[in-house]
Amino acid sequence: MATDVLMPQMGESIAEGTIVKWLKKIGDTVQRDEPLLEISTDKVDAEIPAPDAGVLAEILAKEGETVSVNSVIARLGASGEAAPPAKAEAAAQGAAPVKHGDARVQPVEPLPSIPQTEQAAPQPPHAAPSPRAAAVQAAPSAKTEVDGKQGRSSPLVRNIAREHGVNIDEVMGTGVGGRVTKDDILHFIENRKAAPAAPSVPAAPVAPAPSVAPVAPAPAPAPALPVQAYSVGERTTIEPMSVMRRRIAEHMVLSRRTSAHVTTFFEIDFTNIARLREQEKKGFEERNGTKLTFMPFIIKAVIDGLRVFPVINASLEGENIVYHHDLNIGMAVALDWGLIVPVIKHADALSIIGLARATQDLAGRARNKQLKPDEVSGGTFSITNFGLFGGYTAAPIINQPQVAILGVGGIHKRAWVVETGDGDAIAIRHIGVLSLSFDHRLVDGATADNFMAHVKKSLETTDFSTLI
Amino acid sequence: MFFRLFRCNNPMRACLYDYLGLTNYADAHALQEQIHERRKNDDLPDMLLLLEHRHVITLGRAANRANVLVDDTRRKELGVEFFETGRGGDVTYHGPGQLVGYPIIKLAPERCDVRRYVRDLEEVLIRTAGDFGIEAGRIDGLTGVWAADKKLVAIGVRISRWVSMHGFAFNVNTHLEYFNLIVPCGISNRSVTSLEKLLCAPLEMESVVSSVTRHFGEVFQRQMIITTAIKNHEKILSLPHDPDFRGTGTRDHHRPDHSSSF
Repeated sequence: MATDVLMPQMGESIAEGTIVKWLKKIGDTVQRDEPLLEISTDKVDAEIPAPDAGVLAEILAKEGETVSVNSVIARLGASGEAAPPAKAEAAAQGAAPVKHGDARVQPVEPLPSIPQTEQAAPQPPHAAPSPRAAAVQAAPSAKTEVDGKQGRSSPLVRNIAREHGVNIDEVMGTGVGGRVTKDDILHFIENRKAAPAAPSVPAAPVAPAPSVAPVAPAPAPAPALPVQAYSVGERTTIEPMSVMRRRIAEHMVLSRRTSAHVTTFFEIDFTNIARLREQEKKGFEERNGTKLTFMPFIIKAVIDGLRVFPVINASLEGENIVYHHDLNIGMAVALDWGLIVPVIKHADALSIIGLARATQDLAGRARNKQLKPDEVSGGTFSITNFGLFGGYTAAPIINQPQVAILGVGGIHKRAWVVETGDGDAIAIRHIGVLSLSFDHRLVDGATADNFMAHVKKSLETTDFSTLI
Repeated sequence: MFFRLFRCNNPMRACLYDYLGLTNYADAHALQEQIHERRKNDDLPDMLLLLEHRHVITLGRAANRANVLVDDTRRKELGVEFFETGRGGDVTYHGPGQLVGYPIIKLAPERCDVRRYVRDLEEVLIRTAGDFGIEAGRIDGLTGVWAADKKLVAIGVRISRWVSMHGFAFNVNTHLEYFNLIVPCGISNRSVTSLEKLLCAPLEMESVVSSVTRHFGEVFQRQMIITTAIKNHEKILSLPHDPDFRGTGTRDHHRPDHSSSF
């Protein structure tokens, strides 16, 4: 009887882990609690012990792969169990073994026709345990097969399916036993948008009778993106993405797919604050041991705005709007090797001094890899400051599962029209653009703009001198 | 007497203070009463006692027993004591990590205003919270000091012949889960918080004590002087006094006095 080995949850907020190294090979006998593999998560690395004694029968996630917490990464069989169906499939196809689990799908071999399930039945002719046969043994009835596929998809895949209104059964799975992997469903969604454009793309919905056979794993869906027209050689360098890089890539793409992104831009006159900073920054740093930047003022104004427009501090869960009573503000920090968003918890309880200390502390520890897992989770709103690189503005990507993110552009001196008692005049003012990307599923333009107008007014008219 | 010396040399009134560490509620209560009595007679100068209590639930004069949510058996199992006191206010919890302050000062002649005294205590703690980066404030109609709608400091005082007693309880590193045993101050729809919870890191009690005493001196216009005499309180209490004195007891004496609720 097989025992599943799951990716464990190493911390409340940690949703996935990366396989670093398998300590045992397929076919090895392991004792219960013997170290089986090494994993790495955002902050914590660990050795995972075997949950039971047995033989390592299947490895579903290879070294370097990242999988969701609780997904199956390996299977242990009782000693002497037969080789898994995967081997049989490989033998049947006569091609390189299909990678298992949430593998990056490799196009195995170009097949001339769409392998509809019914057509797959007669193929492949002589494999002893054909994939169909094997799967049929495992799942003899249509209903079981359907349930089986659903049941064997990871929670991440099921989430994606649910959010996009996709019936997993319609998606061709390339994982073992017809499991739908993350790549499978993402390609499916891409191609669904691309409509019937590419009939040669087998990732198009499998014929409406996913009844009998498992979808053949071998004809992997062609990647939705065109394959690069270069060949690996002297003029290219190949570098696998780091764990953080892959996470960022996945997060960004998933965010764009999830939220209906709209960005609104407001120009803010920071002159009063800039002058206050000039006067006070030296004394402030001496008294409080912390630099005084524009950020604490911006955060304060944002918090005031969130109190008046709480929907911008909310999130969407299924059909429910979840209003968060805490105001936990994430501050994006650029790192040499990537990007991370530590969170200032209870930001509404902090004074300007407290916010200055918190931002400096979190940024410093982010750069030194000293953040704790719960310091990078639980955010309800995020701020990203790209102004320090000199840019004018940008449209940031929302940090899921939040519904808005504020981008802070460069604050520069500009010639500006000011209204005085004697009429309009041109003056030199410190102007910066704040851009709010928001999720139009929940937040309408009017709300977003009213929120930004509130923030603008707060920044331009509050007397901050009493608060330093 | 040593305090008279200060009076002559310095126009600002002196206030002695010390941090006594973890102290039994009963002992602290008895000490307060004795100091309070002597302060009324001007046998002692103003004093500020700063300390922490072991886990204890206390009831003020306005207390509603229903606001204690745990029965005696369970309470004892958890190692939490219980006291009824003569201070104003409803029910509250004290425990390690919470800085308790008992100013025993004479409000006469220029501060004979109970509401003003409570507001001044709130001001001391608002400024102290500010030193640690917390923006704390008052909520109209509710005594105490609040941060982000959660209660950071509880206040319950008793003023007798314009000398104060009891005082404030400041959640620094308090074990907030003990507040689940009561309805704090009878206010059920707001939660409590602490400096540690808001700053996501524990604080050094010494630095909080130092901040509190400095702001106390500023707000109450007192010169704050640290003294070990409070710790060695036998010395204080060995000053001339009435040997037949029985102490003010708890809730039943009939002297005219003022209590302010939380």
